[in-house]
Amino acid sequence: MPLFYDARIRAYLYQVIAVGVVLLIAWVMFSTASANLAKQDIATGFGFLARQAGFVITETAITYEPTDTIGRAILVGIANTVKVSLLAALLGTILGLLVGIGRLSHNPVLSRLMLAYVEALRNVPLLLYLLLWYSLIISTFPPVKQAIQMLPGVFLSNSGLVMPALHWESGFSAMVTALVVGIAAAASVARILGRRRVVTGKDRPIALIATIALLLPLVAALLLANISVTWDVPELGRFRLSGGYHLRPEFVALLLGLTLSVSANVAEIVRAGIQAVSKGQWEAATALGLSRARTLKLVILPQALRIIIPPLTNTYLTVFKNSSLAIAIGYPDLVMVSNTIMNQTGQAIESIAIFMGVYLGLSILISLVMNWYNAKVALRER
Amino acid sequence: MTQIDTLIGDASLTSHREAPPAPKGRWLSAYFGTPGNALITILCLGTIFAVAKLVIGWLFVDATFVGTPAECKVTNGACWPFLSTKMRYIFFGFYPFEEQWRPLTAMLLFLGACVVSMVPKVWGRALLIAWIAVILPVLYVLMAGGFFGLTVVPTTQWGGLPLSFMLSFIGLACALPLGIALALARASSLPAIRILGVSFIEIVRGVPLISILFMATVMLPLFMPDGITIDKLIRAQVAIILFAAAYIAEIVRGGLQAVPNGQVEAGHSLGLHYWQIMRKIVLPQALKKVIPPLVSLFIGFFQDTTLVTIVGLLDFLDTVRTAMRDPEWQGIAVLEGYVFAAVVYFIFSALMGAYSRFLEQYFRTSHD
Repeated sequence: MPLFYDARIRAYLYQVIAVGVVLLIAWVMFSTASANLAKQDIATGFGFLARQAGFVITETAITYEPTDTIGRAILVGIANTVKVSLLAALLGTILGLLVGIGRLSHNPVLSRLMLAYVEALRNVPLLLYLLLWYSLIISTFPPVKQAIQMLPGVFLSNSGLVMPALHWESGFSAMVTALVVGIAAAASVARILGRRRVVTGKDRPIALIATIALLLPLVAALLLANISVTWDVPELGRFRLSGGYHLRPEFVALLLGLTLSVSANVAEIVRAGIQAVSKGQWEAATALGLSRARTLKLVILPQALRIIIPPLTNTYLTVFKNSSLAIAIGYPDLVMVSNTIMNQTGQAIESIAIFMGVYLGLSILISLVMNWYNAKVALRER
Repeated sequence: MTQIDTLIGDASLTSHREAPPAPKGRWLSAYFGTPGNALITILCLGTIFAVAKLVIGWLFVDATFVGTPAECKVTNGACWPFLSTKMRYIFFGFYPFEEQWRPLTAMLLFLGACVVSMVPKVWGRALLIAWIAVILPVLYVLMAGGFFGLTVVPTTQWGGLPLSFMLSFIGLACALPLGIALALARASSLPAIRILGVSFIEIVRGVPLISILFMATVMLPLFMPDGITIDKLIRAQVAIILFAAAYIAEIVRGGLQAVPNGQVEAGHSLGLHYWQIMRKIVLPQALKKVIPPLVSLFIGFFQDTTLVTIVGLLDFLDTVRTAMRDPEWQGIAVLEGYVFAAVVYFIFSALMGAYSRFLEQYFRTSHD
């Protein structure tokens, strides 16, 4: 068979076989699944998304009522997942940066304490920590009936912290717009002034001017827009607290667990990144008379950043995926909401497909953003 | 998913250099050299002292060492009787009580075999054959029974620490060849095979482990023909294997990329075909480079097997949780179980972490 020994023909043959096997498996699975579903009288397709959900979600980052659609419930789950992951990534990065720098401190007590912190977090499963924090919160604080009143209107109990909330009658969107405009103005002012300082050498109080640029739109909005606000003060009922803003133990435990796990990983990444910057940079900065803190801030960290970004991307992807552990302690994230829907409608394939698709899409989005940032800070070869 | 991504991230940071040198002087100046430094030292010592006081107080001073649940309820400290009465359940789950010497023997045998296998000098074909032909069958017979007069114990009664070990060890052992195959597929010059490899790896790495476990436990039965049911344990195990394979593939890919292309070209010029080049030239070099990150990955897996408790398998974390939910102890032993489990996980993970660092050192000094 001379034809079979032709390398190009064989290459085609292998590929056809590989694709064929995958397609065959997919076809067999699809046909058995549809037969099974038909036999068990389970509907297929995504029509169920428009049906009424009918279940309560305890924590909603966007407005939701049980009378809303299942599709809306999934959106609430996505919003909750994004909320907790974003917060954990932000807080964990700040904490981790400090711990990572502390790990490299000349002070032996500090560096060993930070080592112990990192090791304690990295060598115990995150799920175990989540359960531990959750049961600590539940068992430490009293039941709702004997809620501790910390300040007037602020109650602490094992169902969480309840405090008065601002209720916007009107003018909310004006304030948000003002805030966005303010942040944009402050950022561009700081940038322009920073550039001018490099060119002219004159030092101006950049921080002060940027703060004014940030506050000005807010003040303008306060004066011009029609803003009316009422306080929503919680009241202690017989069995539960009603009204106000409710910080639930599920959310706190999840946020705490994720933040600590991010911080330990970020600390290790930061430490490795700083150590990878060559020793000559430290010596050069010391020779120029820079203090250790200024050396770190102006010379070492900007260079370490290039090494830090790729593993940091991994950490952010991990925290996003790890937020799915929420289901173990009952925080209604995407997975838990999907699980509820799965149990109610029986449409397991569609539900799982939706949340896997969402995770995959958002993971790719995070990768793209971080790659873009990485390309921005990467060393430009001349 | 949990620790795995970051471990890979760390593995990529290979260019370690020395930390900036500490200023010379008397040893005391490292602690109290400047006012700022002295403040840091005092704050740290204060923190350590406060934590130690809390922990020792809870563990020993306020603790109940012997007694009943009622006696535990009145004290604020740790409840040791909970651990001592529940110990066998925590370790072995619902495994028949009289037969629990079997999982214990299996676990000790497994750990002993692992310790022996950790010595790089004994690595080789003989060790692999010993594992496949002797150790694993013996472990299986011990756990499942059916031979030599041992009563049969169905997998639904397996639980506790042996189950956690099994899920992570078999997970990695089976995922390794699959991961290598995926890495080769990803590096293949055939576009269709490359696309299949990349899609599998990226899809699995883009979703949480819990979703794959859900798929295996909830969705898979729908894909099975009538009358065929697969054991829940095996389904979870398959999910872990597929998940692990994608991560292993990424690590192996790093190793493959580190092998210079000249090696492949040299193989071609000797007239070797693809599989010979891979098996005899490229893979031995690539795999040697990725052994330390693979051990780190294994730590991540060992911790990630805790997720099977969410889909209702009785792993070590789950036996701890169910022990605490026992009506007799509920509300009394709230933290004891978790703290104990954390200590067990910490010990195994820290040991493996130390082993990973040892391997890194070993390969740096003895080869290349």
